[in-house]
Amino acid sequence: MSKRIKFVAGGAVIALALAYMIYAGVTQSAVYFVTPSEIQAAPVAGKSYRLGGLVTRGSVKWEPRTLDLTFTLTDGKATVPVRHKGTAPDLFGEGRGAVVEGRWNSDGYFNATLILAKHSEEYKAPHDGEAGYKELMKSLGKKTGS
Amino acid sequence: MIPELGQGALLVALGLALYGGLAAAVAGRTGRASLLQSAQHAAVGVFVLVIGALVLLTYAFLRFDFSVRYVATNTNLGTPFYYRITAVWGALEGSIILWGSMLALYTLVVIVTQRERAREFYPWVLATMLGVLTFFLLVMTIAAPPFSRLTPIPADGRGLNPLLEDTGMITHPVALYLGFTGFTVPFAFAIAALATGRVGEAWIVLTRRWTIVAWYFLSLGLLIGGWWSYHVLGWGGYWAWDPVENAAFMPWLTGTALLHSVMIQERRRMLKLWNLTLVILTFSLTLFGTFLTRSGIIASVHAFTQGTIGVFFLAFLALVVLGALGLLAWRWEALRSTGELDSVVSRESAFLLNNVLLVAAGFTVFFGTVFPLLSEAVRGTKVSVGAPFFNQVNVPLFLSLIFLMGVGPLIAWRRASWENLRRNFVWPVTIGVVGAALFWAMGIRSALAVLALTLTVFVAATIALDFARATRARLRSGQSALPAMAGLLVRHNRRYGGFVVHLGILVITLGVTGSQAWSVQTETTLRQGEVAQLAGYRVRFDGLSPSQESNHFRVIGRFTVSNGRARPTVMQPAKKFYPQESSPIAGVDYELGFREDLYLVLGDFTRDGTQATVKIQVNRLVSWIWIGGLILTLGTVLAILPERRPRPA
Repeated sequence: MSKRIKFVAGGAVIALALAYMIYAGVTQSAVYFVTPSEIQAAPVAGKSYRLGGLVTRGSVKWEPRTLDLTFTLTDGKATVPVRHKGTAPDLFGEGRGAVVEGRWNSDGYFNATLILAKHSEEYKAPHDGEAGYKELMKSLGKKTGS
Repeated sequence: MIPELGQGALLVALGLALYGGLAAAVAGRTGRASLLQSAQHAAVGVFVLVIGALVLLTYAFLRFDFSVRYVATNTNLGTPFYYRITAVWGALEGSIILWGSMLALYTLVVIVTQRERAREFYPWVLATMLGVLTFFLLVMTIAAPPFSRLTPIPADGRGLNPLLEDTGMITHPVALYLGFTGFTVPFAFAIAALATGRVGEAWIVLTRRWTIVAWYFLSLGLLIGGWWSYHVLGWGGYWAWDPVENAAFMPWLTGTALLHSVMIQERRRMLKLWNLTLVILTFSLTLFGTFLTRSGIIASVHAFTQGTIGVFFLAFLALVVLGALGLLAWRWEALRSTGELDSVVSRESAFLLNNVLLVAAGFTVFFGTVFPLLSEAVRGTKVSVGAPFFNQVNVPLFLSLIFLMGVGPLIAWRRASWENLRRNFVWPVTIGVVGAALFWAMGIRSALAVLALTLTVFVAATIALDFARATRARLRSGQSALPAMAGLLVRHNRRYGGFVVHLGILVITLGVTGSQAWSVQTETTLRQGEVAQLAGYRVRFDGLSPSQESNHFRVIGRFTVSNGRARPTVMQPAKKFYPQESSPIAGVDYELGFREDLYLVLGDFTRDGTQATVKIQVNRLVSWIWIGGLILTLGTVLAILPERRPRPA
């Protein structure tokens, strides 16, 4: 009988530890998917976001010596200025969709630690802003609204 | 003409697979040999037709038959010969045909090798495999037809995704799909065991090698995927916890659990229900992975083709899971364990814990991958958890698993005595502790790295101890050292094959630990002649030069690299411009080494070539991940060799 108790207790300890690790992991690494309108409406400084939008034409500024990259992301209704340190990934470009991960800064900038443009065997590089935007919104799972 | 032929072949194959599956099932119920014979012929026919369709599709690629939509979207006149072949499975439709071909191949091998050996299970195994083939042929004929025409016929195709122009692309999908489809065989045997009510050890003994083979190819597929990610994508990493990677990792985890838990059933006749569940779970996860990555339901920057294919996979997945659960419920009485665990400190417990941890890891990967869906359904907000979540939750699990890797193979069955523990673990633990002190003395201050390396040393010591003892026993009987060792490996190939696989995992652990703990990188913009320094390397930018390739144009950066030890070398990271892509992609240059890799990625540059941004990475110990893969291969080969029982003297 005591053997059974040992196994049950061991199982319970493992289950609890796992539940705790998952809970802690989720609370610490949750990233909220937002559009420019949503983040402009209720920005929370310090919270992790994944912000998706179109890179506004003419907004990209790249400073090679300091590696400062700035641009704005828009969803047609709101525009968010984004700051990033380092070269943008290959698929990044004006008029195209981009997803950036990072935090909102109280000075009004979004500090992107990561610009997402990753591999996919069937990635269709968007050929114009409209198509890119639709694709992006689809990948974000949001309705475009317009 | 050719496309119609291919389409026709797939349709006929669909009919044959459906018929053969039903015939084999009826033969299983009634025992009619002629019907089984007929089902067998149908299965061979399916094999010939599916392979035929794959060959025809390849032919269409080689001929640049742009009247076929799939060819036109995945190749163009500039695509080199070699990549026209790999382009066949470069996208959805072709990869499903590849999948079907592998499955048909496994079915054929099952027919050839298991017809006599597994007589009781055979009809149901054949029925199950043909049933799964029927599903994939349905996908090929309805949801993702590879031969559909394109009108008007374009003068040139769109071209292959440039990221797939890599030699890894011939082996990666093939290995991965051999792994995925390979789990169909144990699954089919599990269904056969349930259908016939023979849920004892027989099906496990018969499928042991199949499971190992499937597991091995899945491991290989994951490793080659990592290598591709590392040397093509230009971010210097090999694993990103991307949904696509997770999709392949989940069945790997449950498959690994299966490899271990079947040993308990073989030895102690326990865990019958658990083993069947694991097989069904692993097979379902291979389907789920495809569903996940092909349906576009997971938010990701992956812009996968969306369409009806997700619905197909979901429906089939539901059928498999519900059907299998139904069978399990039907055989509930027969699935009761006949053995019982004797003690908490025993090999059974260690294996059980190994299974619990592996399945737990599988669950956390599953949970993290579908988390955006869950959070949207429950709270209405889309929240994802990224790499930090997966690392945080899985690292403790994996470290515990490595610890068990040292304990499991040496601890006694049933109940470990103090004597057994002392005999097997005093030395390894001592060596581990000394190792930890040494790592600390060497200046390693990351607790996680010290822990990982210590566990690695501990497990390696258990393996060495076991091998040394067995060799010494043979030396006493008068053999000399080398024949004794070789004899051990051959006579107990299953045990030592497993140990070699464990060594491979340890070496991979070393690589992962090193690259996570000690890699460094910097990004900087250099004018011509300027030098950047990182970790003892001096990287001088010498200029840019253009180059025209058959299907793209590239700008090549020249960098002179010196580290004070060897002669300076020239490295040439590039940017590649493909006409079909609106932005360039990176052409990484790297120098691999046992200690560290130097890895250069060309970033932005000025048009006159006087200034360029470059990312420099020194990635530590990464090569050991690939070396671990080679060791894994050796171990697998050793483990599946036919067992040789010592001849009675």
